[in-house]
Amino acid sequence: MSTSDVTKDGIEGKRPGRDALIGQGTGKGERRRRRGERAMVPKAEFTSYYGKPVLNPPVWQAADIAGYFFLGGLAGAGSVLAAGADLTGRRKAARALKVSSLVAIAGSAAALIHDLGRPARFYNMMRVMKPTSPMSMGSWLLAAYGPAAGAAAVLDVTGLFKPLGRAATLGAAALGPAVASYTAVLASDTAVPAWHDGYRELPLVFVGSAAAAASGMALLAAPVRETAPMRSAAVFGAGLELAAAKLMERRLGMVAEPYREGTGGRLIRVAEVLSVAGAAGGALLGGRSRIAAALSGAALLAGSACTRFGVFHAGMQSAKDPKYTVVPQRERADARDTAKTGNG
Amino acid sequence: MSGLVGRNLLAGPEPHVAEDAGYADAPPRMGFFTDTSVCIGCKACEVACKEWNAVPEDGLEFTGMSYDNTQGLGADTWRHVAFIEQDKPVGNADSGVRWLMASDVCKHCTHAACLDVCPTGSLFRTEFGTVVVQEDICNGCGYCVPACPYGVIDQRKEDGRVWKCTLCYDRIGDGLEPACAKACPTDSIQFGPLDELRERAAVRVDQLHEMGVEDARLYGHDPEDGVGGDGAFFLLLDEPEVYGLPPDPVVTTRDLPAMWKHAGVAAAALAGGIAALFTVHGRLGGRR
Ligand code: SF4
Ligand code: SF4
Repeated sequence: MSTSDVTKDGIEGKRPGRDALIGQGTGKGERRRRRGERAMVPKAEFTSYYGKPVLNPPVWQAADIAGYFFLGGLAGAGSVLAAGADLTGRRKAARALKVSSLVAIAGSAAALIHDLGRPARFYNMMRVMKPTSPMSMGSWLLAAYGPAAGAAAVLDVTGLFKPLGRAATLGAAALGPAVASYTAVLASDTAVPAWHDGYRELPLVFVGSAAAAASGMALLAAPVRETAPMRSAAVFGAGLELAAAKLMERRLGMVAEPYREGTGGRLIRVAEVLSVAGAAGGALLGGRSRIAAALSGAALLAGSACTRFGVFHAGMQSAKDPKYTVVPQRERADARDTAKTGNG
Repeated sequence: MSGLVGRNLLAGPEPHVAEDAGYADAPPRMGFFTDTSVCIGCKACEVACKEWNAVPEDGLEFTGMSYDNTQGLGADTWRHVAFIEQDKPVGNADSGVRWLMASDVCKHCTHAACLDVCPTGSLFRTEFGTVVVQEDICNGCGYCVPACPYGVIDQRKEDGRVWKCTLCYDRIGDGLEPACAKACPTDSIQFGPLDELRERAAVRVDQLHEMGVEDARLYGHDPEDGVGGDGAFFLLLDEPEVYGLPPDPVVTTRDLPAMWKHAGVAAAALAGGIAALFTVHGRLGGRR
């Protein structure tokens, strides 16, 4: 007969496992309670797990997704400008903008598909219609907008079925603003701090940037005598974009850092310079010189692209550094604890 | 969509996740309670998970930072054992150094951002209230990856699709416990009906407090938290961020109705602004 305490069920029939008394020590010297001490010493630094990011950063490629944001904006705002030009007798500007919207939206769809891990399964985007998924809503939006923009361009260039062309132009113009702004929701509806926290201003940044890009395209491609409203639209777009971006940076506090630092910050600064130069150049000289108009247009387009790439990279930076996830959340949690325990 | 928030489908406590997802006669919600106070860092869970789910190798890397060479959850790591060495004793222990070990996993959130944003319907809610990817549908759009507030789900590069813990959907459907829980030698990983696990966890944390382990706290157990409570929750011995967990995660879609509203305002500003400009400039060469 065995005299050991060890039985099939563990030591003396006891199975410590999940009830193990960890931290019991030897029972000598009761350690003093440490409550209260913690709250009095404010944390100078944030803690993380070996500096590893809390989030898994987006797997999206900058060229695809920032490019998609840019092209979608160019297309969407372009359709609105095209309808305005159409209705006010600016035939050449209207045609140029319709063609650019078609090319841009085709390019943006291509970028989106290219970015998929399984491009051949693109059609699964149309499997469901899901209001909680901005990407699902966006896919359906593009499915409606793409053909409208396409018909508007083709019917204008060919001169066929004028009433249908007019309807397509107006249809694309009606959906255009949604195409230009929904991409901001797409980015914001993530846990990426710089994108999510900016959800109030980001749509304004995006539509402003879109208006500037489409105006730039008009300045580049249409005769000077037709582009007066687009020159105003460039000022409107660039102004809106810059004002909203400033507001966002002010409101986000430390989470705005990636919009000022690193690749994201650099691109945003370049974008500011290009947008202001393009809008001002267009407004002051674009009505007189074809060359000045074209240069201003190019600057506006480049500025808009830089904004989108800047926002994209700022988001990536904020996802890759645990600081931007931990610090605001820690502050929120501490504030709640303090409120609960009464300054305690 | 604010109606959805009112009905707690986007945020807030939601006691009947499976029913709300459309299952008429759902079994009780199942989950994990990972009690890190008894974790010994053996990584049996990591291995069992890989074996059972045929998860590919995730990089044979030597980090040099600690005994943790796995580093974090991802497409090819569905259980990850964190390892932390600290210059302070556990509870009443005399030694000045403690090791924290914790097996991390997908939280199977009540309000799962990954599921909310998936445009294909590949991610779905099971009858057990868990969140699973349907690999035959996922097109690798990658939206779920940055949506997850815990950094769990990720894309498998060579495959293009995303992967994560399924809470062993195939096993629990057959009445078996998930592979990691089965393999865990100390019962640090406990599987069962969520209600039961929450009760057990409350008892355990009290027991530890009584013993002087004041650092013990639950994480992800509260249905009032930013994700409506986790299906897989934890007992930790330090702040969540020490283990690489977010201290106060919020499901991003909680704010989605507000996001659409702001986008709507922006779209209206764009349309209205441009319309106004054309009105001011008037017809080309003509009168206004
Ligand atoms: S932890 Fe992340 S991957 Fe798991 S259910 Fe929640 S959101 Fe989805
Ligand atoms: S990557 Fe797959 S599972 Fe994730 S959101 Fe896209 S389709 Fe859904």
